[in-house]
Amino acid sequence: MAIVFEKPHALCDVPMHYCPGCTHGIVHRLLCEVIDEMGIEGDTIGVCPVGCSVFAYNYFNCDMIEAPHGRAPAVATGVKRSNPDKFVFTYQGDGDLAAIGTAETVHVGARGENIVVIFINNTIYGMTGGQMAPTTIPGQVTQTTPFGRDTALAGHPIRVCEMMATLSGTALAQRVAVDTVPHIRETKKAIRKAFENQKEKRGLSIVEILSTCPTNWGLSPLDAIKRLQDECIPYYPLGVYKDVTAEGGDK
Amino acid sequence: MKGNEALAEAAIRAGCKCFFGYPITPQTELAAYMAKRMNKEGGVFLQAESEIAAINMVLGAASTGVRAMTSSSSPGISLKSEGISYMAGSDVPAVIINVQRGGPGLGGIQPSQADYWQATKANGHGDFQLLVYAPCSVQEMVDMVVKAFDTADKYRVPAMILADGLLGQMMEPVSFPEINPNAVDKSSWATTGHGNKRAHNIVNSLYINATDLEDVVRERYERYAKIEANETDAELYQTEDADVLVCAYGATARVVKSAVNAARAEGIKAGMFRPKTLWPFPKKELNEAAKNASKLLCVEMSMGQMVDDIKLAINCSKPVSFFGRTGGVIPTPAEVLSEIKTLAAQAE
Repeated sequence: MAIVFEKPHALCDVPMHYCPGCTHGIVHRLLCEVIDEMGIEGDTIGVCPVGCSVFAYNYFNCDMIEAPHGRAPAVATGVKRSNPDKFVFTYQGDGDLAAIGTAETVHVGARGENIVVIFINNTIYGMTGGQMAPTTIPGQVTQTTPFGRDTALAGHPIRVCEMMATLSGTALAQRVAVDTVPHIRETKKAIRKAFENQKEKRGLSIVEILSTCPTNWGLSPLDAIKRLQDECIPYYPLGVYKDVTAEGGDK
Repeated sequence: MKGNEALAEAAIRAGCKCFFGYPITPQTELAAYMAKRMNKEGGVFLQAESEIAAINMVLGAASTGVRAMTSSSSPGISLKSEGISYMAGSDVPAVIINVQRGGPGLGGIQPSQADYWQATKANGHGDFQLLVYAPCSVQEMVDMVVKAFDTADKYRVPAMILADGLLGQMMEPVSFPEINPNAVDKSSWATTGHGNKRAHNIVNSLYINATDLEDVVRERYERYAKIEANETDAELYQTEDADVLVCAYGATARVVKSAVNAARAEGIKAGMFRPKTLWPFPKKELNEAAKNASKLLCVEMSMGQMVDDIKLAINCSKPVSFFGRTGGVIPTPAEVLSEIKTLAAQAE
């Protein structure tokens, strides 16, 4: 019988710990499909964060490093600078990347560090049980914003792609989502482009992926997708914020 | 050669391929030296956005098996503590230089030894130890950097050179011996890309099951036991018949040596014990040095930190007194001599 669908080789054949309806699994798969298609698994080193994807080192078949919270871009810098011919990516959540690791994130963009940053934005801290993230939308209820995020008290969300697009060393800053099949295909294309940029030594590529957290949003997987569409995408518009390649042009 | 530059040159000769740093007085010459040399010679120098980023760049580079180093001074080392703990927990070897200055807080920029506890007891959270070398001359800075890289690799532990602003800033003649860095095979764990030839390597300090974590920590402590058995080093000066044994490390030991010589000239049987490794602490060597002493004196550029290890190492079997200057003040030979004389005059 012909095999028409199988796990990418770069994705380990192990059970994952993610909650039902969580979109980490989709992104893991897309990333691994790109690694397979480019044939770079043996030359890739991944750096995983602290957060829900902390165990990603068990899921990706390439060599992996578990970084301290927020420090994945710095760790990846050390890997890439000492191994410039290898592919290096980080996989980070919103708390990791845009709160505790903001300096590390901004400076890989400023330096034009030739790495790929996969950024999962689900507007909440998942692993610790649903606290306010730097990307939590105004009014959103979390464990630490029990009455909804009040910007007078808790400040405003950070729009990461818009911020990263201002940096000269950023080659690609693109926001995508994994709510629909077309969006999922778009996400994979963005990840592929990010790795192609690394191959061509174009600088930092960041792909921000709007994702769901049904558990901590207190929604069913379907309702979580609906919230992503109704609340997250309007607040965080999808699109290419910077692309230095020919088809993108440096906007 | 200036101490800070000698540290840098020695690291390059010891095969250090990556240096990541962040400016802080009094260690800046080290980074400046690296900036001139590294990128030209196939290595990597990068000025990081923070001490935290610098130590994590070291973590990343060292995870791929290359020799990597960072340097800082006291307040910056506090920021590096997180990364140092992760490196210890992930069994990643690298070298960290601390050219100590006065503290706490922003403190001052003059020489100090007030980070002894931090270096030897708690340079980060969790059960772990850091190899700590304490040079007392520019030549020893050179020798110890090489030793630190070799020993760190051998046991897969991070190592620290605990120097101070005096040593970093002073100039002394120095010779660079033929250095043959021990090449250690790191292929079983280094994350260099598996090349489709082996299972993936993972550098990680997370063990979610308590018994797994306990096993990993216990295995690490077995290595620590080997380090304690094999890697201690100390200088014993005029200790054979010493009645008053003065204990000091680093730049302070230079002052103490003058005071011991002055005491000897006055007929006082004084001697000096100088640990070169602060962890592992040379307990056997101290007990040997103190065998004929009736009293011990510990001199530090701090309010008294190593003095605790001195008492523990001799099991409080003899009186141990302390003399220290802090905040960046360097004790004088006359002050130390006066302490020695006071002790020598005391009835046993």
